[in-house]
Amino acid sequence: MNLKRLVLAGWLLAAVAGLSLLSVVTFAQDTIKVGVLHSLSGTMAISETTLKDTVLMMVDAQNKKGGLLGKKLEAVVVDPASDWPLFAEKARELLEKNKVAVVFGCWTSVSRKSVLPVFEKDNGLLFYPVQYEGEESSKNVIYTGAAPNQQAIPAVDYLMKEVSVKRWVLEGTDYVYPRTTNKILEAYLKQKGVTDADISINYTPFGYADWQARVAAIKRFGSAGKKTAVVSTINGDANVPFYKELGNQKVSAEDIPVVAFSVGEEELSGLDTKPLVGHLAAWNYFMSINTPANKTFIDQWHAYIKNAKRTSNDPMEAHYIGFNLWVKAVQKAGSTDVEKVLAALPGLEVPNLTGGTAKLLANHHITKPVYIGEVKADGQFDIVWKTSGTVPGDAWSDYLPGSKDIEADWVTLKCGNYNKKTKVCSGQNYK
Amino acid sequence: MPFGRPLLPAMRQDRGGAVLLAGLVALSVLVPLLNLAVPPGSPWHLSTYWLTLLGKYLCFGMLALALDLIWGYAGILSLGHAAFFSLGGYAMGMYLMRQIGTRGVYGDPVLPDFMVFLNWHSLPWFWTGFNHFWFALPMMALAPGGLAFVFGWFAFRSRVTGVYLSIITQALSYALMLAFFRNDMGFGGNNGFTDFKDILGWDLHADRTRVALFVVTAVALAVSYLVCRAVVDSRAGRVLRAIRDAESRVRFLGYRVESYKLWVFVGSSVIAGLAGALYVPQVGIINPSEFAPINSIEAVIWVAVGGRGTLIGAVAGAVLVNYAKTYFTGALPEVWLYALGALFIGVTLFLPRGFMGLVPGTARLIPADGPRGAGRPIRSELGVSAEGKAK
Amino acid sequence: MRLGVRQCAAGALLVAALVLYSPTLGAQGDNDSFSTALSALRDASFLDKEAIVGRLAESGHPSTRAVLSALVEDRLYVRTADSQVFIVKSTDEALAAWELVDPVSLSDRGSAPRDELTKIGTNNRLRRLLKTTLARFELASPDPSVRLAAVREVLRSLDDATVAVLRERVGTEPDSRVKDEIETGLGLAALDGSDSAARLAAIAVLARRTRLEVRNRLAAMLERSADGVYAESDPQIRAAAAAAVRSIDRRRTVYSALEVVFFGLSVGSVLVLVGTGLAITFGVMGVINMAHGELMMLGAYTVYVAQTLMPGHIALSVFLAIPAAFLVAGTAGVILERSVIRFLYGRPLETLLATFGVSLILQQTVRSVFSANNRSVETPSWMSGTLQLGDALSITLNRFYIILFTLIVFAILLVILKRTRLGLDIRAVAQNRGMAQAMGVRTERVDALTFGLGSGIAGLAGVALSQFTNVGPNLGQSYIIDSFMVVVFGGVGSLWGTLVGGLSMGVVNQILEPYVGAVLAKISVLVALIVFIQRWPRGLFPQTGRAAESH
Repeated sequence: MNLKRLVLAGWLLAAVAGLSLLSVVTFAQDTIKVGVLHSLSGTMAISETTLKDTVLMMVDAQNKKGGLLGKKLEAVVVDPASDWPLFAEKARELLEKNKVAVVFGCWTSVSRKSVLPVFEKDNGLLFYPVQYEGEESSKNVIYTGAAPNQQAIPAVDYLMKEVSVKRWVLEGTDYVYPRTTNKILEAYLKQKGVTDADISINYTPFGYADWQARVAAIKRFGSAGKKTAVVSTINGDANVPFYKELGNQKVSAEDIPVVAFSVGEEELSGLDTKPLVGHLAAWNYFMSINTPANKTFIDQWHAYIKNAKRTSNDPMEAHYIGFNLWVKAVQKAGSTDVEKVLAALPGLEVPNLTGGTAKLLANHHITKPVYIGEVKADGQFDIVWKTSGTVPGDAWSDYLPGSKDIEADWVTLKCGNYNKKTKVCSGQNYK
Repeated sequence: MPFGRPLLPAMRQDRGGAVLLAGLVALSVLVPLLNLAVPPGSPWHLSTYWLTLLGKYLCFGMLALALDLIWGYAGILSLGHAAFFSLGGYAMGMYLMRQIGTRGVYGDPVLPDFMVFLNWHSLPWFWTGFNHFWFALPMMALAPGGLAFVFGWFAFRSRVTGVYLSIITQALSYALMLAFFRNDMGFGGNNGFTDFKDILGWDLHADRTRVALFVVTAVALAVSYLVCRAVVDSRAGRVLRAIRDAESRVRFLGYRVESYKLWVFVGSSVIAGLAGALYVPQVGIINPSEFAPINSIEAVIWVAVGGRGTLIGAVAGAVLVNYAKTYFTGALPEVWLYALGALFIGVTLFLPRGFMGLVPGTARLIPADGPRGAGRPIRSELGVSAEGKAK
Repeated sequence: MRLGVRQCAAGALLVAALVLYSPTLGAQGDNDSFSTALSALRDASFLDKEAIVGRLAESGHPSTRAVLSALVEDRLYVRTADSQVFIVKSTDEALAAWELVDPVSLSDRGSAPRDELTKIGTNNRLRRLLKTTLARFELASPDPSVRLAAVREVLRSLDDATVAVLRERVGTEPDSRVKDEIETGLGLAALDGSDSAARLAAIAVLARRTRLEVRNRLAAMLERSADGVYAESDPQIRAAAAAAVRSIDRRRTVYSALEVVFFGLSVGSVLVLVGTGLAITFGVMGVINMAHGELMMLGAYTVYVAQTLMPGHIALSVFLAIPAAFLVAGTAGVILERSVIRFLYGRPLETLLATFGVSLILQQTVRSVFSANNRSVETPSWMSGTLQLGDALSITLNRFYIILFTLIVFAILLVILKRTRLGLDIRAVAQNRGMAQAMGVRTERVDALTFGLGSGIAGLAGVALSQFTNVGPNLGQSYIIDSFMVVVFGGVGSLWGTLVGGLSMGVVNQILEPYVGAVLAKISVLVALIVFIQRWPRGLFPQTGRAAESH
């Protein structure tokens, strides 16, 4: 018995040792390493696996074009498993162990905040593709996702002007992105003359599944005789039961439209969209936008992922823009050294997928157009409105008392949160 | 004499402990050397990445130790020990947040960023005093210890045992997780605490500080081990083992079972809390998902893989499983859950005493219940005697 | 509901058209203006489309209704080649070419492939206008339920012209429900008038209704502006309105209480379902199964697979999925028992660890096979929607059926345990294994079947869960804690305990929620459970007697 156990343990150890050795063998070729820091398991896997595949696809495409600066690109993929401390560890692994030139990654603000000190200490470069709450501008991060003024404010404008909404329900998941967005929206609405009685703000925990009472309350709030809309910053898994309950309680989009900021084509593919038809989403990109650039991208995506039914979404476009910006900056700087690339980046312009261009600004945000789409029964969106041009991303919202005096400028001021009134630069400053 | 035997002679009999302590001493010397003295270009250089990783493993080792103390020796299976770990971590986090001062994003000298953001105008009452280390340090022990005391006093007094106890410890950690996720609680909500600058005046991101933290962790682990070993080898330890094996009998013999259980539970939670407190500055973030029940179950698995009822087994299991996790998420990111699941099933079915069971001579130390056990009529967690479930 | 000038004008024109409609006006000139209006739809902005819809309706053309119905159902297309507008018969994606209908004459015009057609889009506001417009057509429908729906639709946007039409119908309307609705609408409209007597009479009529819109409309009259000026100047009317609001509120309180109880029961019945399977494996066999959540996930995915295999028969697929889920999860449970758990009896810790490993593997398998994304599961039509009980209480059908389903499953389980041979064997083995063996019961077989039964019920729970929440690899993780709590609260080994425990936990949670919010309600329930266990360590319905000693 003991011998058997010993032999088994021996095999286990040998297996582990062998696998470890395998990982130590490094590639002898000279390549430029591109890090991918997206969760491939855990709660965020649903959203982030697609982004990992997008980066891999673009690395592939760039290699087919001859690589970058004469070298091939090599993608280094790690799995931080939706575990925030693990994000920091994996970021350090990418920067120090694999010595990547750039990292495309993160989704939730927690993951970004936990890797921020690592990137700033090791002077790495992160391209962050997801819409977020603003209130940040780091020297080592390029924010290709929407800031609140590129998503929330135009959506509210649309509802106020085109749909004549007078009463507002701000329904969010309890974490920093909805809290910030709702603060900004509340300030914005009050500025436009909406009274306190006509605004209802409510937060629910992650993964909240029992929406009966809440949807009934929304219905009650919406029967006061004025047109009511719900601005939803509900995130992730809680969206499915929310929309299902809306459908069950017969809250149709014509009565109380819901505009969401975190529901895209990917999330709709997991939903029965019949009760959702007519509800809205605000993004900077929709798969159904009909431009040649978008069509090429979607065809390329379907060919790469070998599945013609896969959807594309806004964060994918953000990575597309980010990757092209990085390539262009590297080519302009002639090197992948982070300082040189950061110096070359601001001011660069690359095409986006909706027929325009995206320009990188001095605050490390980009210019984006804003689209409002209505859900169709097939899970795609009908564009009902768009901004006439692009909206430049504003990291420090003008509607929040704490931030309206702050500006970010990495070109002239070389500071991410510079207070215009006190003329002091504070915040993340690592030695 | 409360400890029964003088310490050093006891150590001679404790080979595993000697190995552990020697290893920790070696690490405490080698790691600073390899990280600070050896230049970064050399292959012998120990990168910051490995430094923080090892520090993390040692903290988890402490948590596993704490868990083994109550579970391997007192039979209390706590499925919520990560809650005490996190409470200690939050106490340290509160201290670190207060240290940020005006270097925060909003530049407020008193309020941490997330409070400015929530439009709070003053610190909540429970934050007072945390800007002083001499207050924060005892709180790192008192917060988890206090909760353990209150919880344990009610639970053990009502004679809640076995699986019920495990489930309510799980309920406790789940409730704490939900509570700490709320932004209104004043603990940073979903983002938790992050963006730390320095500890006791030392910059948290400098290598010197990291090395110092590592050494402190190694020392803390060694001390915890010695304390646990002392408790376990003493008369009190024997009573604990008796409680694990046959609780009612011990009660009838006149021992105050509830007191023993309560004190070992509190002691274990303090060790877990200190482990959490050392974990946070090394990892740089504390977040309510640390309270998640799944973390507690992982801690239980570390102890089981290593071999429960042997303190070194717990530490070894923690390091082993976490190394496997680091490795798999790097090398085989798409399939690491398979590997981990297979590891748990494999160890359970084929190595019920954990890896320590493979080391000759230690097998008799590890309690095993059920028909494959060592033949003693052991009460399993559900109180069923081995004969009752014999096939 | 008050409306802007534009809507009033459109409505007035519309009703004028309806009233003046005469079949003899189908002259060629009208056809031309109709077609012109139609062609303008293609490039118009949404606001312009609203105006065009108004013009189309006012034209009184016989095809107006068909065209407007097509537009609201997204069946109005333009052929790109010649910019002709067509109605499409059916927009089934499976068809390669769609059949076209001429909008003016409503005659067939052949077919065209999909990519030659561009849809004329609508947005929410336009659809709302279309629905209201179409409702006016339906006011005269022979079917009373259609008339009722039409009146309800029309009530959302009352204007003078609509009121005039309603006034005409109220005298001749045979169906009492429809008549009540019309009277409500007329009452609401009368509130805006100037004649005090008429307004008091309207308030008297409205006081008998319990609808929220009515109550809010009356309450709005009592509002004061910032300088203390009432919205309603006449004090007599104000008093009447206040009295009406109070009586409506009294009736509504009863209904809200019932609603809370219903919500509580539905939340609780989900807890009962997820807990029952666990009660069997845990309580009867002493096995802590951490993979219980994943077995539920397997059941939910069975529904998804069934729906994928039978896309046209959603209702049937759910019925078939129920036994299929039971079998799938049950088989998985039996395999689990035979391969892993069998070796671990008497070692609950090891079963916890091993089943935790199994749950990781199951999760990852599902992720690899189905992808990490959530899968969409459709609710069959007979299960979606609400049951309206009176004006103030609406019961969502899917939750109602879940409650029913839970009770049926529970009843069947009780029958199995109390009346069948298998149940007898299960109970015998649970009470005294050695004795049962001595009596000739094949305990190994019974163990496997018991575990299979518990797992099968987990699969059924998954079917219920798929109807209102995500179907994804993480489904199990969200419910595993709750299922443990229910079992411990109810008393390990007691099925009635699980039922009562689960339902009461659900009701308490829903009662607390409006007052303290979702998170605190959940935390309170957990803390209450912890305190409860201190006092009653063996749960609500503890087992008694010698058998209890072994648990």
